[in-house]
Amino acid sequence: MLAFTRAVYRRPVDAALGQAEINRNLARPLAVEARGLVKRFDGTLAVAGIDLEVPEGAIYGVLGPNGAGKTTTLRMLLGIIEPDEGVRRVLGHERPQDVARLIGYLPEERGLYPSMKAYEAIAFMGALRGLPLEEGRERGRALLEAQDLGYAAQRHIRQLSKGMAQQVQLLGTLVHEPKLVILDEPFAGLDAINQGKLEQLIRALAAKGTTVIFSTHVIAHAERLCENVAIIAGGKVPYAGSVEVARDRIPPQVRLETREGDGPWRAALPADARHEGAFWYFPLPESGIEPLLRALIEGEAGILSLSIERAGLHDAFVAIAGTAAARALEQESPVEGQR
Amino acid sequence: MTDAVPKSRLPLWQAAWVIARRDFVSILFSRYFIFFLLGPLFPLVVGTLAAGIGQRVQDATTQNDVAVAMAPADVDAMLRAHDELVPMLGPNLPHLVALKRLSPGETFDPKAALSGRKGDIAAVVTGTPAHPVLTATAERAGQWQGAIALIAANAMAKTNPAYPVVETASVTTSGASERVGRVHTAQASLTLMFIVTVFLTGMVMSTLIEEKANKIIEILAAAIPMDAVFFGKLFAMFLVSMVGIAVWVTAIAGLIGFAGLNPTVLGGFDVHNLPTPGVGWPLYLGLAVVYFTMNYLIIGSVFLTIGSIAATVREVQTLSMPATMAQIVVFFVATLALADPGGPMELAAIAFPLSSPYAMLARAAVQESLWPHLPAIGWQALWVVLFIRGGASLFRKRVMKSGPQPAKRKGPFRRAVAQGAPDPV
Repeated sequence: MLAFTRAVYRRPVDAALGQAEINRNLARPLAVEARGLVKRFDGTLAVAGIDLEVPEGAIYGVLGPNGAGKTTTLRMLLGIIEPDEGVRRVLGHERPQDVARLIGYLPEERGLYPSMKAYEAIAFMGALRGLPLEEGRERGRALLEAQDLGYAAQRHIRQLSKGMAQQVQLLGTLVHEPKLVILDEPFAGLDAINQGKLEQLIRALAAKGTTVIFSTHVIAHAERLCENVAIIAGGKVPYAGSVEVARDRIPPQVRLETREGDGPWRAALPADARHEGAFWYFPLPESGIEPLLRALIEGEAGILSLSIERAGLHDAFVAIAGTAAARALEQESPVEGQR
Repeated sequence: MTDAVPKSRLPLWQAAWVIARRDFVSILFSRYFIFFLLGPLFPLVVGTLAAGIGQRVQDATTQNDVAVAMAPADVDAMLRAHDELVPMLGPNLPHLVALKRLSPGETFDPKAALSGRKGDIAAVVTGTPAHPVLTATAERAGQWQGAIALIAANAMAKTNPAYPVVETASVTTSGASERVGRVHTAQASLTLMFIVTVFLTGMVMSTLIEEKANKIIEILAAAIPMDAVFFGKLFAMFLVSMVGIAVWVTAIAGLIGFAGLNPTVLGGFDVHNLPTPGVGWPLYLGLAVVYFTMNYLIIGSVFLTIGSIAATVREVQTLSMPATMAQIVVFFVATLALADPGGPMELAAIAFPLSSPYAMLARAAVQESLWPHLPAIGWQALWVVLFIRGGASLFRKRVMKSGPQPAKRKGPFRRAVAQGAPDPV
């Protein structure tokens, strides 16, 4: 039987992680902690032992292609379904139901009652989390005003566009001022402008101390918003931790353009350097850039351009989850999140 | 947030109230409520029309004549005797017509006359009043043999027989009529309860379909217990039914009070002389409310379970048909149990949770004993809780799945469901 032994976030010290960030994380209690979560549906393993640690006030991304187990994991954290194995602690309670009024949840499948007015829909969602109906109505109107949707407060949901209805549902998720907000694929179906507004809203929530966990198959959103991510592939979490650490797992990539196609300088390139078009690509050697530069100059390579690029989260995802998972991710969202 | 502020999810009844309030308002201000209000009229109108048409068809097809083929004096005597007896015996006498006045020595073949299949002649009387011969099918011959004998005896009498005048003394009821009346009360109550329950359970399932179609169910499941969703929906529809009944009662009272409708002929029966149910009217009405509630909760929870575990709206609609059929069978079984008071059929109907409310309401109509109702209500309440808990549990186990699903075994039933059109959601 798994059990919790730690109450605060203690990530393994990584050489590439700044000491200040380590200290900051160590001081933050965990909003969500999961150990060895397993879920089977009719004998099929949907989630195969997931560990998560989400610090309070963090924006935490759960990355993975469709079918990886993201939604099942979130549902287990919320108590919608019970794990077959493993334990979880949400806002200090092992039963998420014990803190249900402190949680806001936006499911992947959006839904509202079409016959309800926008502000009533928000109030209803608040009432489900214990907010008195009248107070929910007032807050609903205020939230709509704050999002420049005041004119839609009295409109029925069926009269709203899909994007507006989605915003109304998001406001319903937040109306009771939860301490933990879990959003399942919140950017799906939104246009670029509304994606930007949602990113702002998530940052504003985190600035107020609210913990935000969101799942996505669009790496760009996670890279822009999150300091911590969990990468889920095949029902497992091959990586959970800082975005920076994930990126630093891969050495910076060198891109080199030379005038000469061949010469003694070629011996200075690493063995795994690859030639694509006019450029050479290879990981930055452990000895650094200066010895390489010296060898290129002395070997008369004729350097036209040279750049050192730090690995992105996408590269880290490929390295961690494997090319198959990365390809699945790209096929699901070839253009989403490219703002 | 301080510890004084509750953090856990809403208690069951509070959460159920949130759902009930939403559903109640939503249904009350929708066009479906109008259909619900008018709903009881449909079976009444259809039933009345069907009964009227059936009666006319029956009248048209069963008004058969008994024809007389005798000597002229005998024909006249038979017709006269018939006319004299009609005021006393009325519809119990067949309609007598003259077919042929036979000349002396003339023979007549009644079988040939009947095989010609002309007109409405169903039987032929030949011979003489002293020796009448009735030619008809065996069924009709047995039916009219006595009546023809009576007419023939009167036809032979030289003078009109002096029938004594029978004085009558009326009583409002008798042991036999009381028993029959109570059975009628039970049948009427069961039918009314069945119709209203069918309407309500259909509507309660449609609200769940609405939730599935609008994909709200996961928001509810994340925030409150599924039991609360079930209880809330059942409670909302119960409130809607109470509003509907109140509207009907007010409308009928208004008709009586303002339009001067005579309550004694309301619905074609004398409301002042309704047979008193076994447990008396006040208790019977109270038990009727209790058993209606139990029946609605039990059957409604079964329908909700079906609605919640079905993967698609199409599946819900497909599965609701056999569920409704099963409901009709249960109603018939409970009605049949009326004919077997205290017997195995009644006991089985009382024990089976789906027919128990029907059987117990029928029992309250015909039998005086009160104590069996207490354990029966407890038994039914237990099943309400079991059905709702079971339904909520099934919902969590079977519905809240995501990601790739394993290949399902395709049994004949699954195939039948899967062959429907694509899910419209």
